[in-house]
Amino acid sequence: MSGERVKILTGNDLLTGDVTWWTGNGWSRHIADAAPVGDDATQIAQSEEADRKVVGAYVIDAQSDAEGLRPAHIKERIRALGPTVRLDLSLRPNDPAASAWIA
Amino acid sequence: MPMYQYDTHDQAMVDARVAEFSDQVARRLAGTLSEEQFRPLRLKNGLYLQLHAYMLRVAIPYGTLNSRQMHMLGDIADKYDRGYGHFTTRQNIQYNWIKLEDTPAILADLASVGMHAIQTSGNCIRNTTADHFAGAAADEVADPRPYAELLRQWSTFHPEFDYLPRKFKVAIIGSDTDRAAMRLHDIGIQVVKNDAGETGLKVYVGGGMGRTPMIAPVIREFLPPLQMISYLEACLRVYNRYGRRDNKYKARIKILVHEIGADEYRRQVEEEFAHILTLGLEPPPAELERIKGFFADPAFDTQSADTIDRSDPDFALWVDQNVHAHKAPGHAIVTVSLKPAGGIPGDASADQIRLLADLARDYSFDELRVTHAQNIVLPHVRKADLYAIWQKLDAAGLANANLDLIGDIIACPGLDYCSLANARSIPVAQKISERFADPARQAEIGELKLKISGCINACGHHHAGHIGILGVDRKGTENYQLLLGGSEGADTSLGTIVGPGFSEDGIVDAVEKATQVYLDRREDGERFLDTYRRLGVAPFKEAIYG
Ligand code: SF4
Repeated sequence: MSGERVKILTGNDLLTGDVTWWTGNGWSRHIADAAPVGDDATQIAQSEEADRKVVGAYVIDAQSDAEGLRPAHIKERIRALGPTVRLDLSLRPNDPAASAWIA
Repeated sequence: MPMYQYDTHDQAMVDARVAEFSDQVARRLAGTLSEEQFRPLRLKNGLYLQLHAYMLRVAIPYGTLNSRQMHMLGDIADKYDRGYGHFTTRQNIQYNWIKLEDTPAILADLASVGMHAIQTSGNCIRNTTADHFAGAAADEVADPRPYAELLRQWSTFHPEFDYLPRKFKVAIIGSDTDRAAMRLHDIGIQVVKNDAGETGLKVYVGGGMGRTPMIAPVIREFLPPLQMISYLEACLRVYNRYGRRDNKYKARIKILVHEIGADEYRRQVEEEFAHILTLGLEPPPAELERIKGFFADPAFDTQSADTIDRSDPDFALWVDQNVHAHKAPGHAIVTVSLKPAGGIPGDASADQIRLLADLARDYSFDELRVTHAQNIVLPHVRKADLYAIWQKLDAAGLANANLDLIGDIIACPGLDYCSLANARSIPVAQKISERFADPARQAEIGELKLKISGCINACGHHHAGHIGILGVDRKGTENYQLLLGGSEGADTSLGTIVGPGFSEDGIVDAVEKATQVYLDRREDGERFLDTYRRLGVAPFKEAIYG
């Protein structure tokens, strides 16, 4: 896998349970908005959890390249996309490349 | 209606739980409860945080529900979820896209039809599962559901068993045919008759699947039914005392029974039992009779025609595969397969759920069952109505004539939904059911129970599959192990891993090769499992890896 290896922060939205990604100044449902988290992950996670913005935040490895961020582990790629067996309910419902992005 | 009806006490208990949880959710949202404090509380109400969202697991005690309840399950899928639900191997339903703020309203809707999410999570006695043909099967000794209901009343909120070393699952059957994988539960109970014609309970303890699968040995051959609560109390007490709380992987009762041995476990249980009997814990006989009254037979139309017009060949195929003998003349048991070729095992849309509710209301004395194989049963149908039912099912994509065939796959949610998963289960099921979509080919192969789990927790019962598939994580890639020779039921056995694992496409090919060995080598009347047992693993291994 090519590209720069980065660490990004993810969790779930407290109210909706949606998968969310830390953008540098808030949370987004879309991994494309995620920003590398650097060394402050623990502190950000703690304060965001205390503010009830996120539940169970944790850091994952991802590759960053021209096409954007791609989590290193398939589990996180599925979290980022949605269930591969219901792409109609995923975040890329009309994207024929969505399955290939998971694989 | 042959179903337990909540009395005011039951209803008050469920309503109180809704109020309590509403308050807990409000406190969580206001920040006075941290996630650490809230998590055990939400789990006690069946609310998990899964891969994409909150997941709510709704209890369907012993898999029985009425049409109003089923209708509500469909409405909840529409109103609070994304238009579908997933029926599980625990005879429950799960919703995958629940919002925390909606859960009090959902629980209130459920409570309005006598339902809840209690005992669907945590280290308590979970909802009892039962034979899905209970009260209908032609081969039944006695309906096991009154005992299951008694177990529910005893175990719900039982303070002594609220923090067991691990979760605890009980299954109960009332026939010699075990349709509930009874010996693969922490406790399995079979209603039996002794030589004198008296009804009793045969008790198995220490079965289970998961990381260390075990088949439960018989701990009590014959127990007077009215002593069931005392005896189970004794079984649980011995477990509560000695179960391994220090190691999650050794905490199930199967490990205890295995380590001290069935004889020693039995001795200790009998000692405890003798003591408990002196305490008079048993419900009065009248209470068991009262409960039995709820499960009395509905008014079967025994004058109804006992023949079936099989002139439509597609209908005849479905009858042969999905319809079973009923104890009442002129009646039959219908199993609706939720396994279309290429579909998601156990998923049903809100419309399909409501249709099934309507069919139960119109044709099955208002009653439905959920099976551990993720299908739905209409237990009491007149043979004369079968064709009309089939036509309605067919129009809704629910007339899959594949019960117990290779297309009737059990699959857990796997990595598409489950945060514990190592690999996806559903896509494997979809590819296999598509590969074997031809009904003639499925019929040619005959009974073949294929079960897929996305991790070692074995929610997809892979150990008990004639063909089992276990998803594992091999250095970040999904990999699938093939098991052969597992079975649930009277001839319970555990499958063995055949060899190195496969990719997603590779496992589909491996399944096909295994079925080909069977077709080539089977003798008259043999099922896949019989041929496997006769030949052993070697020819299968050779065909698959050779
Ligand atoms: S077997 Fe594993 S992956 Fe499948 S539902 Fe159970 S915990 Fe999840």
